[in-house]
Amino acid sequence: MTARPNVTITKRDEWVAVCKLSDIVPDTGVCALVHGRQVALFRLHDDSVYAIDNLDPFSKANVLSRGIVGDMKGELVVASPIYKQHFNLLTGQCLEDADVRVAAHAARVDGDTVSVKIN
Amino acid sequence: MNNLQTEKIVVIGNGMIGQRFLEQLVSRAESHPVDVTVFCAEARPAYDRVQLTSFLSGKSAADLNLVPEGFFEHHGIALRLGDKAVAIDRERKVVRSARGHELPYDKLVLATGSYPFVPKVPGTEWQDCFVYRAIEDLEAIRVAAKTAKVGTVIGGGLLGLEAAKALHDLGLKTHVVEFAPRLMAVQLDDSGGRLLRHKIEALGVAVHTSKATKEIVKGTTCRYKLLFADGSELETDLIVFSAGIRPRDQLAKAAGLTIGERGGIAVNDHCQTNDPNIYALGECALWSGRLYGLVAPGYQMAEVTARHLTGETDARFPGADMSTKLKLLGVDVASIGDAHGVAPDALNYVFTDEASGIYKKLVVSGDRKRLLGAVLVGEADDYGSLLQLTLNAIALPEHPEDLILPAREGGASKGMGVDALPDAALICSCNNVSKGALCCAVADGATSLGALKKNTKAATTCGGCAPLVKQILDAQLKKQGVDVKNYLCEHFDYSRQELFHLTRVGGLKTFDQIISKHGKGRGCDICKPAVAGILAACWNEFVLKPKHAPLQDTNDYYLANMQKDGTYSIVPRVPGGEITPEKLIVMGEVAKKFGLYTKITGAQRIDLFGARVEQLPLIWKELVDAGFESGHAYGKALRTVKSCVGSTWCRFGVQDSVTMAVNVENRYRGLRSPHKLKMAVSGCTRECAEAQGKDVGIIATEKGWNLYVCGNGGIKPRHADLLVKDIDDATLIKYIDRFLMFYIRTGDRLQRTATWLDNLEGGIDYVRKVVCEDSLGLGAELEADMQRFVDTYECEWKKAINDPETLKRFHHFVNSDAPDSNVVFVAERGQIRPAREDEREGEPEAVV
Ligand code: SRM
Ligand SMILES: Cc1cc2nc3c(=O)[nH]c(=O)nc-3n(C[C@H](O)[C@H](O)[C@H](O)COP(=O)(O)OP(=O)(O)OC[C@H]3O[C@@H](n4cnc5c(N)ncnc54)[C@H](O)[C@@H]3O)c2cc1C
Ligand code: SF4
Ligand code: FES
Repeated sequence: MTARPNVTITKRDEWVAVCKLSDIVPDTGVCALVHGRQVALFRLHDDSVYAIDNLDPFSKANVLSRGIVGDMKGELVVASPIYKQHFNLLTGQCLEDADVRVAAHAARVDGDTVSVKIN
Repeated sequence: MNNLQTEKIVVIGNGMIGQRFLEQLVSRAESHPVDVTVFCAEARPAYDRVQLTSFLSGKSAADLNLVPEGFFEHHGIALRLGDKAVAIDRERKVVRSARGHELPYDKLVLATGSYPFVPKVPGTEWQDCFVYRAIEDLEAIRVAAKTAKVGTVIGGGLLGLEAAKALHDLGLKTHVVEFAPRLMAVQLDDSGGRLLRHKIEALGVAVHTSKATKEIVKGTTCRYKLLFADGSELETDLIVFSAGIRPRDQLAKAAGLTIGERGGIAVNDHCQTNDPNIYALGECALWSGRLYGLVAPGYQMAEVTARHLTGETDARFPGADMSTKLKLLGVDVASIGDAHGVAPDALNYVFTDEASGIYKKLVVSGDRKRLLGAVLVGEADDYGSLLQLTLNAIALPEHPEDLILPAREGGASKGMGVDALPDAALICSCNNVSKGALCCAVADGATSLGALKKNTKAATTCGGCAPLVKQILDAQLKKQGVDVKNYLCEHFDYSRQELFHLTRVGGLKTFDQIISKHGKGRGCDICKPAVAGILAACWNEFVLKPKHAPLQDTNDYYLANMQKDGTYSIVPRVPGGEITPEKLIVMGEVAKKFGLYTKITGAQRIDLFGARVEQLPLIWKELVDAGFESGHAYGKALRTVKSCVGSTWCRFGVQDSVTMAVNVENRYRGLRSPHKLKMAVSGCTRECAEAQGKDVGIIATEKGWNLYVCGNGGIKPRHADLLVKDIDDATLIKYIDRFLMFYIRTGDRLQRTATWLDNLEGGIDYVRKVVCEDSLGLGAELEADMQRFVDTYECEWKKAINDPETLKRFHHFVNSDAPDSNVVFVAERGQIRPAREDEREGEPEAVV
């Protein structure tokens, strides 16, 4: 069985440039590899960007970046493509289960460059 | 509590009705403080006697308990368990108990119920003679049955048959002995009784009618022998008497209260006896010369008494209906109103199906306008609606017989629907809940059957009204739905159907246009895919165009079905299930090259599993090059058109089903709809393609094709309805075009054709009018819409692999070519499968 090379110790407090803004279709997500950690990165219609962990805690599959983004009662969310729970894009909090939260990370756009900082 | 104002109330009996009275009383106690004492002769407080038999099939005494936890303590009611009231002194207004207590009362309530009648014949004192009334009786029967082989019930009425079922279930060879010439003489007529008898005998229970038991003596093959008046005899090991009940009125009689000629404590409309300080209710009470042996009237009396006693002087018991529905030995039996047709000039409609053991009788007024009564044996699903017709004197349809005749193919659905009922209609007679009360509760938020039961108590006693309660709930929800329920989600105050219309008529081409014009917010995973489907059905643009891509469900977004581990499956289209050896080999080779798990699906095609997202375009490039197209297994779209070999090979085939299936699949491939669509074509009536289980089913006939619609497998299977018979190829395609487009326009989100039809006003007849008779004048437009779709069809995968912008999306990482290391396979039966949690090395990286 294979080990997991892209699961390594993550460095914090460090901005990492991951892609161009134009690499992400507005209102969709991509997955970025940041210090070995899988981060789901979303670009919204207003070109704001958000980052949370890509691992879906319910299915244990790395898929949150492939969910549909939108808003629920004013909160910005992504819906897990597997079992459809919603996660707040700013905090990683799961809307359906108060006990579940995925890590949220800092994300920013400089010119055309999108960077992520692991929290 | 202020003792000066507090009224002392003594209740004798804590059975089903006594308990209901207490509940009604305490719910009014705030305005009328009371001090209550209850005498209960049994060892346990009130329990559900109606469900008594379930005690033998595993329910415990605790399961049958009717008293809410802490009820007596909470309301300060003194319960004297196992203490029997033995005398009432009306002069001094005191009750004396068997344990010698004397209790003063201001108001006395008698809820003493009844006792089983045991005929006075020699031998009833043998130890294996039982009655069927209390938990203790059943405990004793269970013990005795352990060493017995044969059991006999004396009495073939409702209760007797219930007791017979219990003995039968305890494994005894069971006999029922009835004095009258038929079973259930009170409720059934001769034919009904005979049919019931056949059904019961078929279960192995022996029935002996017109038998008067004369004596019980020691037996030879069994413990006892029953001697009958006609000289015959029957050997048995145990005997249960169920020969009727008698009101328990001795206490009242001794106290000088008025008693009916054949027993029962006489009461007026307020449930008062001839002593205004003493009330009687439930089975011991005689109202207007009538005794009621059912809970529903008793519950009504309990409410009337509680109201009258707390100052509502106009509370009156109006009399009650004795209609009943039961399952006796697994046979549904119901009797409504004037079952014997005693009313002058009453007319009978009788339907008998001896083969299936169904007997139904309607008793109708001479002018055929009103239903007076009914008898149902073998199938009593219509009990609720027939009872409502009777109780509410609702005008009968032109052909009353349709109410009991089996629905004919293509015929209008029978019954009159809950909408025909007035608000005052009593739906749950056990708990006195009217249609109006149910509707109010639904409006107040009880939008599930569970909540409705909890809030109104409807359907919580005998359960006979449950189907009707559900129908009313559904009808109410549907009515509200027009305003609330059908809204797509918080972003759109429109149903899918309305939004489809707005999109098409307004010529709207993007989600942004639609939501800014007709919605609010940014959308979500409910409305986005729904709108994507509407846009695809209206304009048929490539679903992965940047403006449409963010709307797509994950499966559509990658044109493949996501599996539990984040990998995808690949289902190429195999029209009609027909595939050349060359193509089969290509699929095999592609699967081998990419190491994919390969499986024949349940719908005549081949599924390749375990592709990582970055592999999808590579795999599809090879498949497309070999002539394969997308199978849309990922979309709310046409899936497969299943076929059988048909007249080409099969000796029975009458038309070429494969050619038809291939043509149909190629015509509608990629068609987006409210939910997935499945079709099938069978070459003859043997139906090997299972067309009647599909949204569209086509079955060959000597003269052409029969077209079936709205079938479903899956969660709630439904057989398709025949839309039209013996049509030629061109008409077939024309009708399918119209049918599908009509469904696509009007269906709700994720509503398959089966549920769509079940919710469509007018049902299949309406669809037939629209599709075959063009009643809406939409035919040409629907056909044109479909033709436009057919003309603009393109294979989505072919488009995707040739579009560099789209291809960019097929990487796991935006900044690396590495695959997702979390995807781990193990081998099983020579192929891959996702590793289970315990087969993986270590956990995936944890959450913060
Ligand atoms: C692969 C397959 C099982 C198999 O190994 O045979 C399958 C697999 C899935 N079915 Fe199915 N169904 C498959 C044939 C069926 C059939 C049989 C048939 O089509 O003849 C049925 C019953 C017939 C019917 O639909 O009326 C069927 C009734 C369902 C349902 C219940 C639909 C319903 O109306 O009740 C669902 C759930 C849903 O769609 O909401 C479902 C959903 C699914 C999903 C999409 C569940 C999911 O969300 O992951 C599965 C993923 C498919 C994939 O990854 O490719 N599948 N599914 C079959 C693919 C057929 C094909 O070639 O396209
Ligand atoms: C097996 C079975 C199945 C049934 N199925 C149905 C059905 O499907 N539908 C339906 O509507 N009805 C059914 N019934 C009838 C229903 O159970 C009765 O109508 C209902 O229980 C009557 O309630 P009650 O309170 O009047 O009498 P009971 O429930 O008999 O309660 C009277 C109580 O008073 C007590 N008592 C009597 N005298 C005294 C005294 N002097 N001091 C203290 N306590 C005393 C008794 O011990 C008893 O506990 C069924 C009955 C049985 C036995
Ligand atoms: S039956 Fe259930 S488990 Fe099997 S393929 Fe269909 S959806 Fe999946
Ligand atoms: S009619 Fe018996 S529970 Fe409603």
